[in-house]
Amino acid sequence: MSRSTIQSAANFRAEREADWAAFEALLDLLDKRGPKRLSEAELLQLPRLYRATLSSLSLARAISLDQALLAYLEALSLRGYYRLYGNRTGLGHRTARFFLRDWPAAVRALGRETLAMVALLILGTVIGWGLVASDPGWYGAFVPSELAQGRGPDASAAQLREMLFGGGTDGFLTGFAIQLFVHNSQVAILCFALGFAFGLPTVLLVLYHGCMLGAFLQVYASKGLLLEMGGWLSIHGTTELFAIVIASAAGIRIGTAVAFPGDRSRIDAAAQTGRSAATAMIGAVVMLMFAGMLEGVGRQTINITAARYAIGGFLLAGWCSYFYLLRPKARFDGR
Amino acid sequence: MADSTERHRRDLLTPEGVPLTVSIASAASRLIALVIDFLCIGLMMLALYLLLALAFGSFGWAAAEPIMVGLVLSGFVLRTLYFIVMEARPGAATWGKRLIGLRVVSRDGGPLSIDQIVARNLMREVEVTLPFMVVASMAASGDGALWAALAGLVWALGFSLFLLFNRDRMRIGDLLAGTWVTERMASARAADLAAGEAAHFIFSDAALDQYGIAELHKLEDVLRTGDVRALRTVTDAIARRIGYNEPLPDDRQFLTDYYRGLRTHLEREVLLGTRRQDKHDI
Repeated sequence: MSRSTIQSAANFRAEREADWAAFEALLDLLDKRGPKRLSEAELLQLPRLYRATLSSLSLARAISLDQALLAYLEALSLRGYYRLYGNRTGLGHRTARFFLRDWPAAVRALGRETLAMVALLILGTVIGWGLVASDPGWYGAFVPSELAQGRGPDASAAQLREMLFGGGTDGFLTGFAIQLFVHNSQVAILCFALGFAFGLPTVLLVLYHGCMLGAFLQVYASKGLLLEMGGWLSIHGTTELFAIVIASAAGIRIGTAVAFPGDRSRIDAAAQTGRSAATAMIGAVVMLMFAGMLEGVGRQTINITAARYAIGGFLLAGWCSYFYLLRPKARFDGR
Repeated sequence: MADSTERHRRDLLTPEGVPLTVSIASAASRLIALVIDFLCIGLMMLALYLLLALAFGSFGWAAAEPIMVGLVLSGFVLRTLYFIVMEARPGAATWGKRLIGLRVVSRDGGPLSIDQIVARNLMREVEVTLPFMVVASMAASGDGALWAALAGLVWALGFSLFLLFNRDRMRIGDLLAGTWVTERMASARAADLAAGEAAHFIFSDAALDQYGIAELHKLEDVLRTGDVRALRTVTDAIARRIGYNEPLPDDRQFLTDYYRGLRTHLEREVLLGTRRQDKHDI
């Protein structure tokens, strides 16, 4: 009796060992040469050998007490699994799908939050405006000094005008524009990241950003430069503020999911919402980079207020129609 | 030893329905891989800066503006592209990860999608920069509410070091993307210890009933390591337990034969439906 079990255990290995060796050799070949250089016959062998190895593993787990054999089969199966299922390639196709379907869809899904954030931003602007109008001392509270760079309530109209139309030659405004861009991207990222803390910091941050905007506008308006300031701001600001609004809407969505997870666990809720919110956030980063380029080039070279408004308005209309009207989904619906 | 590795083991359910065991990478190896990756990116940025300096040298102030924009944006673009493109390749690992032997897998056992890769890598941007941003904005606002600064910093660090506070060693990015970072488990095909020529020692069923699967695996370890003193100790222990009193000239032969007998015995029991876990399990 003892002899017969030795036979069966040995048989288990003897009968299948050739397949394992062939699978291992094929994986080595694949690692060395890549899938394109393999012959058709070899490629057809791959899934068959993978399944054979996987079934050997299942069997060995049930009947074999040989640790080394189990470890070997485990490692080989995992290696084969990574090869066959590990990675879904197609970066190009995926990028196209992101721009044509996923990004607008993710932004549309955040519609309610987006509206709320727009309202919050406007509220902040009104508050900032009102406070600075009643007491210019508030300006210093809203605008950090390194962003203000002398454009305070005490600056003369000529000074302020010079900054709006200074052009890119003196180098100063370029530096400021880049600093503003970095600052605004950080605000957008913070709005998103702080969403995890139940969304509360995001709300405050958006409100504060609105206050800053209102303070800026009020200072310029008090010198009769509101129209020009609006132009200077709108050329890239429509894109940039939109991006901040979307980022904070995504943050809020995650925050509410964490705060009110329903019958999911909080971590699951965060993970599920995070996935669609992250798509919108990636889009916001793209928008911010676009705004950065506009800021670096457009704001300095285009000095006519009407043209600035035209570009800003055109971009806003463009983004809105891209997100909310355009729905080219037919080709990318299949996952 | 088995206990400490056991804690890092997770089952990954393949589409075929077979659970495969993966080993979660430790925080230390993640950190080392990250440092290597940042070194690689640093070198690339250095090359880019040299190139930009060369451009500045030949174009002068006329090109200063695009060069400056390039400088500001290059870090972010390079980092993001490096991680995403590297992890989108079949190895699912950056250079740092590959050197340490790590790779990214999807927790649900399905293929790792581009979305997951993008999500986990963009989140890294936030995780790495958030503490610095908090400190910088605290320093900038300047009015020095120390407790507020501290609270902000603690929160930011909790966010960034989330990895240390969960057993799966997931960053926030991993959590959102639904991924694990696993360690490579290499294992060469070893010869079957139970195969081979006929046994010199024949053991009775009573002698083979003395041990269970745990001892069988210990014995396998000892035989595969082949340490002479360990062989000696184990031989003594087994001979005493099964009451074998003859002189033993060859420890290895004795142990190999006992291993063969015990494994056959236990495997037969397994086939019949009983798994005797160890010597205390009757």
